[in-house]
Amino acid sequence: MARFSPEHLETAREIIARYPRPKSALIPLLHLAQEQDGYVTDDAMRHIAELVGVTPAEVLGTCSFYEMFKLHPVGTYLVNVCTNISCMLCGGEELLAHASERLGVAPGGTTPDGRFTLEEVECIAACTEAPCLQVNYRYVTNVTNDDFDRLIDDLAAGKLDHEVPPHGTLARVRQHIPADRTAGIVPVAEAAVEPAWMHANEAPGAGGDA
Amino acid sequence: MTITDAPKIITRRFDTPDSHTITRYEETGGYQALRTALGSMSPAQVAAQVKDASLLGRGGAGFPAGVKWGFCPPGVWPRYLVVNGDESEPGTYKDRLLMERDPHQLIEGVLLASYAIGAAQAFIYIRGEMALAQERVAKALNEAYAKGYIGKNILGSDYSIDVVMAWGAGAYIVGEETALIESLEGNRGMPRLKPPFFPAAKGLYMQPTVVNNVETLSNIPWIVSNGGETFAELGAEGSKGTRIFAVSGHVKNPGVFEVEYGVTTFRDIIYAPVYGGGIRSDRALKCFIPGGASAPWFYEEHLDLPLEKATVDKAGSMLGSGAIVVMDDTTDAVAACLSVVKFFSHESCGKCTPCREGTNWLEKILRRILDGYGRPSDLDLLMDVADNISPGIAWPPKQTTICPLGPSAVSPLASALGRFRPEFEAHIARAARAEAASAPAQAVGLPGGVA
Repeated sequence: MARFSPEHLETAREIIARYPRPKSALIPLLHLAQEQDGYVTDDAMRHIAELVGVTPAEVLGTCSFYEMFKLHPVGTYLVNVCTNISCMLCGGEELLAHASERLGVAPGGTTPDGRFTLEEVECIAACTEAPCLQVNYRYVTNVTNDDFDRLIDDLAAGKLDHEVPPHGTLARVRQHIPADRTAGIVPVAEAAVEPAWMHANEAPGAGGDA
Repeated sequence: MTITDAPKIITRRFDTPDSHTITRYEETGGYQALRTALGSMSPAQVAAQVKDASLLGRGGAGFPAGVKWGFCPPGVWPRYLVVNGDESEPGTYKDRLLMERDPHQLIEGVLLASYAIGAAQAFIYIRGEMALAQERVAKALNEAYAKGYIGKNILGSDYSIDVVMAWGAGAYIVGEETALIESLEGNRGMPRLKPPFFPAAKGLYMQPTVVNNVETLSNIPWIVSNGGETFAELGAEGSKGTRIFAVSGHVKNPGVFEVEYGVTTFRDIIYAPVYGGGIRSDRALKCFIPGGASAPWFYEEHLDLPLEKATVDKAGSMLGSGAIVVMDDTTDAVAACLSVVKFFSHESCGKCTPCREGTNWLEKILRRILDGYGRPSDLDLLMDVADNISPGIAWPPKQTTICPLGPSAVSPLASALGRFRPEFEAHIARAARAEAASAPAQAVGLPGGVA
């Protein structure tokens, strides 16, 4: 399965409709593809190209710029250890070394059973809780070596399945704009008028304190 | 100790565990500013309140938000509002909390800002790695639509707007506003050349666009409810209101604190028990980064400076993104410098040669110095490379690049080399000693072999 499933296709169409130009949906759609397959497949990029009306090469062009998009399969759990300044000062590099030893792979590598991929990442905005890491973009903070070992044990035993979805899934809540509530998302050219409210409450006696 | 009793503005709901729900938000005065604005204020009056507040942008550059809104050319429609939630400068930790713990406050700020500027649509761009923030904002948007705060004819008024959550996929550079716009258009996140066009004139889809930071917009509901002048009573001359600072590194009590601008000093926020609590193990302070990885470093003599933009600018650094990173006397200046330079090298988008090549070489040279392979000429070489990215290596920095990312790598280098040059020289001397020690072994059997 690499093109969007019927269910994901419906979601993809909903996302595209939220932008004045379809191409703006590219990054969300690439995430959707990664959610479906665990990584971004060539077929998914072709399907996205069809949906938003660009070439597959343009989709790859965008996709390859962003670190989160994986063009090859990664582990079920992507373990991202931060080594930037705040973490580095509090033992982030030592934590990465320990992680590497525990998992038996260098940063960038995947364990032979395909469960864990280890990455050294740049600042993930948890600097006051250093050293920190993310598993499939879920935070684990103030991590000691023992904490790390426990984390890996728990993940391997499936104990954290309710907190950590498989790689590719970001927010588990999707935005939905109800058809009866939307203000109406239209292409740029069709929105070239002054908004209706720009002179609201300007008239004397309308309650304004102008 | 000058710790003020200034009110908490944007973090005031953080202590309650359900602060992200619409119920809690409404119970604590949420969406009242929107009701007030739609009921009795014109868009121009909302904009005037923000201008009166002198609200400085909280993303890093510190440009006044009200002034930025005013740059949209009159009569050109549609306009768009874009929220910059791509927080990723090392040491910076505030926007994620604001999105996770009080998403409705941000949404109300977005609605008020869009009302004021006349935006046709608003986009909340959240960093890709922040799954929980995306979840909370998506849920909050759904709730706000259901309650009639977003969408068609909001609260029965003429005001209609859609607010859409968008998200990134791992690229620091997208925090630069034109790169963010490129990303939102579905492209590689590379900054646009400016001038000729700034986003206020030609931004998203080449239409007038206001790009505001999450923390900036989170202040707007309070400003509209309490008045811009009330906000401006807090803080100092050039920096009004409060600000979130993240204190990390070698302190006893690292944390995220909302403090009044201008009155609180670096000494307060690093040493006061309610804030940083002092250096861990009571060691001595070596240096600290006052405003994110791209800021020049500060030292002991800067501790009594107030947290206020103009003063910090004048002293040769910046408050930037509100990230204070503290280093004690056990820190290796070369290692710390390499850590920061490595970040910028990794995150360079590759568009401008001085940054793409230069930051990479800075990282490589620093690494060989730290690893004990440095050469005596390396320090001049570092400065030469740095000078090609940021001519003159001055503050504020000049640049040979489109955006400030390249020069950001130069700041920590200039700081570390300027203050801790002997440490670099010691690493290089180590390399020379190692070479001298290995020489006799290579010279075995040679007549007149060198010692």
